[in-house]
Amino acid sequence: MPEASSPPIIERQRLTADAPDRVAVTGHWTAAAVSASGQWDSLAGALDQVGPSLDAHWDLGALRRLDHLGAQILWNHWGRQWPGQLVVSVEHRAVLERVARLSVPPPVPRRRSIWERFLGLGNFLLVLVDHLRDAVALIGQLVLDIARLARAPRQGPWRDISGHVYHIGATALPITAMVGFLIGVVLAYLTSQQLRQFGAEIYIVNILGLSLVRELGPVLAAVLIAGRSGSAITAQIGVMRVTEELDAMKVMGISQGFRLVLPRAIALALAMPLLTLWTTLAALIGGMLAADLALGITPAYFVNNLPRAVQVSNLWLAMGKSAVFGIMIALVGCHYGLRVKPNTESLGQGTTASVVTSITVVILIDALFAVLFKNIGI
Amino acid sequence: MTSTVPAVTAAHPVIDIRGLWTVFHQAGVDIVVHKDLQLQVASGEMLSLVGGSGTGKTVLLRQILGLARPARGTVTVLGESAEQMGRQGASSRVGMLFQHGALYSAFTVLENIAFALRELKCLPDELIRDAALLKLQMVGLDVKHAHKMPSELSGGMIKRVALARALIMDPPLLLLDEPTAGLDPDSSDEFCALLRSLHRELGLTVVMVTHDLDTLFELSTRVAVLADQRVIVNAPPREVVAFAHPFIHHFFLGERGQRAMELLREYPFVV
Repeated sequence: MPEASSPPIIERQRLTADAPDRVAVTGHWTAAAVSASGQWDSLAGALDQVGPSLDAHWDLGALRRLDHLGAQILWNHWGRQWPGQLVVSVEHRAVLERVARLSVPPPVPRRRSIWERFLGLGNFLLVLVDHLRDAVALIGQLVLDIARLARAPRQGPWRDISGHVYHIGATALPITAMVGFLIGVVLAYLTSQQLRQFGAEIYIVNILGLSLVRELGPVLAAVLIAGRSGSAITAQIGVMRVTEELDAMKVMGISQGFRLVLPRAIALALAMPLLTLWTTLAALIGGMLAADLALGITPAYFVNNLPRAVQVSNLWLAMGKSAVFGIMIALVGCHYGLRVKPNTESLGQGTTASVVTSITVVILIDALFAVLFKNIGI
Repeated sequence: MTSTVPAVTAAHPVIDIRGLWTVFHQAGVDIVVHKDLQLQVASGEMLSLVGGSGTGKTVLLRQILGLARPARGTVTVLGESAEQMGRQGASSRVGMLFQHGALYSAFTVLENIAFALRELKCLPDELIRDAALLKLQMVGLDVKHAHKMPSELSGGMIKRVALARALIMDPPLLLLDEPTAGLDPDSSDEFCALLRSLHRELGLTVVMVTHDLDTLFELSTRVAVLADQRVIVNAPPREVVAFAHPFIHHFFLGERGQRAMELLREYPFVV
């Protein structure tokens, strides 16, 4: 039979003028009863009204239930000492006594001193240096592994590479196409508004062609892949750290660089240019359709004029920098993955840092390419 | 709102499982794990669930918690259907110690223990802190560990913190999944002693899944053996050992079992 829980009640009763007051504590003093909606406020009010009154006669005889939280409330109310007169059943006294015995002042969380903060600043720099050293080691190892692959191509991790090409490249085709198409449409509509004012509608082919082929296609694809696959690479390798798989590989004498980093770097170096081409095509199709609708420029005119507006060297430049983007996304992902410490929190931090860093690196490299090749194809 | 605290008597066991079927679908084939399983746990018992691999011990524990739904049959815990338990006030009815602790890695030890109380969002911070510190000491940890993160703790400490967290609302029922797995023999013995003293002091009902015969004989007042898709016997340890079944013979009277049985002879506890 379910027994309804009654609220915790405390009342002060004045018996006679000279006898000490009686404080009656009844009902359920349990975590569930105290935390029932609105119960705590009324209980706190009643406790305030009664006051600590240690000289009163405390009667807990009619108390139905008392758990540790209820006992803690009473004990704190008494100012952590026993009242003068207390009537309580044996079992409830045991709970109260346990609370009394184990109530201690809370430990003070350690605050960082100014000197420690100063040292923390230096530590930040050391972590940065550590990152750089790891990154250099990773790139060096990749070069060595490529040399090893070139010497003995038959022993290369080809199955891993093809698996990664599929997971990173092929499965990303729908999303990159959709995003590319929409960006093409948006860009075409925006520029068409401006071009119409000058009567320069036909130049939409030049603007769309150059910006999509040379800049937006590669960067868009790289940012998408950095978010999609960069995080996946970090998470995969990080989980291998958490589950000690990386240590198992080391024990078996299998090179992490050769089996984990190299396949991903090669797969991304192959897949990224192809994805760039695919994204650029989708964006051009989107732009072409929007130009037809907004300015009446037919797709036939668009396709015929595109080679005249955009030199083919732009395409080679885009493909070249995409391959570099791919390698950098793989390296950043592996770098953060290998630095994950064996706990779940570190895994989350590593994955976030990996995505942010790889997108930043992609944009930095893009800027570098823009400066280095400013005389080519324009 | 008034919550209900059911009075548990012999007629109303803490856990009442009737006609339970568990079926897994694997590669188009139905695998029956439990077939018309019955299990009753009376108040104040310390019941161990034992059985070979794949007999569905942990699944049964999850069904008692309402984390998994049986294909057929009813699971009643403290007078309520197990599926209703996941709602409000769950941690004041049942505490669960997961096999690997399942501490929230983003919180400190104290925040982990206090989490259920803090989520009620009505109690003052100082009271919550005091209540959490009390539980921390009840499981035998020093207050200096209160501000550590779970990643800084040893395996035995993680289990203790997880136990303190399970006990924060003083639930009448405690479920343990492999409480001593992954602990060294010393910590394992200490943890058993802690569980036994808490069981005695708080009058808890405890259900645990364990493979460790030492833990089993040291703690349980009853043992339920899962085999042939049902509970073949549910009785005090001595009677279970005497029960004639190939699994029981192999499990208790093998070489490992013999060693643990020494415990039973040395400490003939009252059941």
